[in-house]
Amino acid sequence: MNFFVVDSLLMALLTIIAIMAVRQQRLLGVIILSGSYSLIAATWFVVLDAVDVAFTEAAVGAGVSTVLALATLSQVPDQEKKRPIEPLPLLVAVGAGLLLLLAVVDMPSFEDPTAPVHTHVAPHYITLSGSEIGVPNIVTSVLSSYRGFDTFGEVVVVFTAAISVLIVLAGWTRKRKSKDRA
Amino acid sequence: MQDDPVIRVVSKILIPTIMLFGLYVQFHGDFGPGGGFQAGVIFASAFLLNAIVFGMNKGRHVWSPAFVLQCIALGVLIYGGTGVAGMVLSGNFLDYNVLLTDPVAGQHMGILLIEFGVGLTVASVMVGLFFAFASRPAHNRLLAQDDVRQEKAQKTKPNATAKTKGASK
Repeated sequence: MNFFVVDSLLMALLTIIAIMAVRQQRLLGVIILSGSYSLIAATWFVVLDAVDVAFTEAAVGAGVSTVLALATLSQVPDQEKKRPIEPLPLLVAVGAGLLLLLAVVDMPSFEDPTAPVHTHVAPHYITLSGSEIGVPNIVTSVLSSYRGFDTFGEVVVVFTAAISVLIVLAGWTRKRKSKDRA
Repeated sequence: MQDDPVIRVVSKILIPTIMLFGLYVQFHGDFGPGGGFQAGVIFASAFLLNAIVFGMNKGRHVWSPAFVLQCIALGVLIYGGTGVAGMVLSGNFLDYNVLLTDPVAGQHMGILLIEFGVGLTVASVMVGLFFAFASRPAHNRLLAQDDVRQEKAQKTKPNATAKTKGASK
């Protein structure tokens, strides 16, 4: 019951911040709001006992991506253009949202021990990772040993994405001259 | 932001603390929450803070762009190299059991190595992305002021500018 109160409070905060971010016209405000959204999402992950995910969300979502967005803001105008609401995109967004809500009904309830995700390989990890890997943090042993190939793929994705962004923004390795491109 | 003594002093205290915490998260990821991804981001944020407070030119001086690019690739190579090392020692790709004679110790070794690769790539990617954005001529005033001032100061000593230009190309 206690968790229900905390969950509802955090969900309400997330909804309020999301609505504020949509309505905000100044991009600096949107960046700050999205940073606080990530921070509250991280708090919620802690409530759900997913500390590793919460850690990532706080470091990446609230920390670095806010700074990167601020750096991007130095390249673009700091005010959003006001546009009328277009009906077709609104319809698509609302329709997709409703379909996703419909899918949520079919999902197994939270902490259900008979859910498929808890009956496939999870028991093996929980019971045997201590003797097979010997690392106290099961998340780490799954991430880097049992699922090492997936994590390798993730690192390669980060590598590829970074290389493509750096190619698009080429010229940054040279020292900037003061007036020539401004 | 260089002229504000409060920001300067506080970041001088914070930057080493952030780096130490990043290393803790990196190497303590086996025992508590954390790991290469989080540690890389935290470690990079120290460099980002340095570049924001003391200007981009100082930031590039600490971790040069060429070395950032090399580190991005090096992290992936360390990860892949650990996997290939398992194959060379007659195991599967990314099989850490064969890295050392004791399989559990081999697992520890392998996890430490690949987490280091992940951390290195993530940290240098974050620093590289920030450098790439912040090095462009700014549209807004946000990050531009310090660098413009530094470049004005550097024009008085053309020798130093010519030297760094030659070295970076």
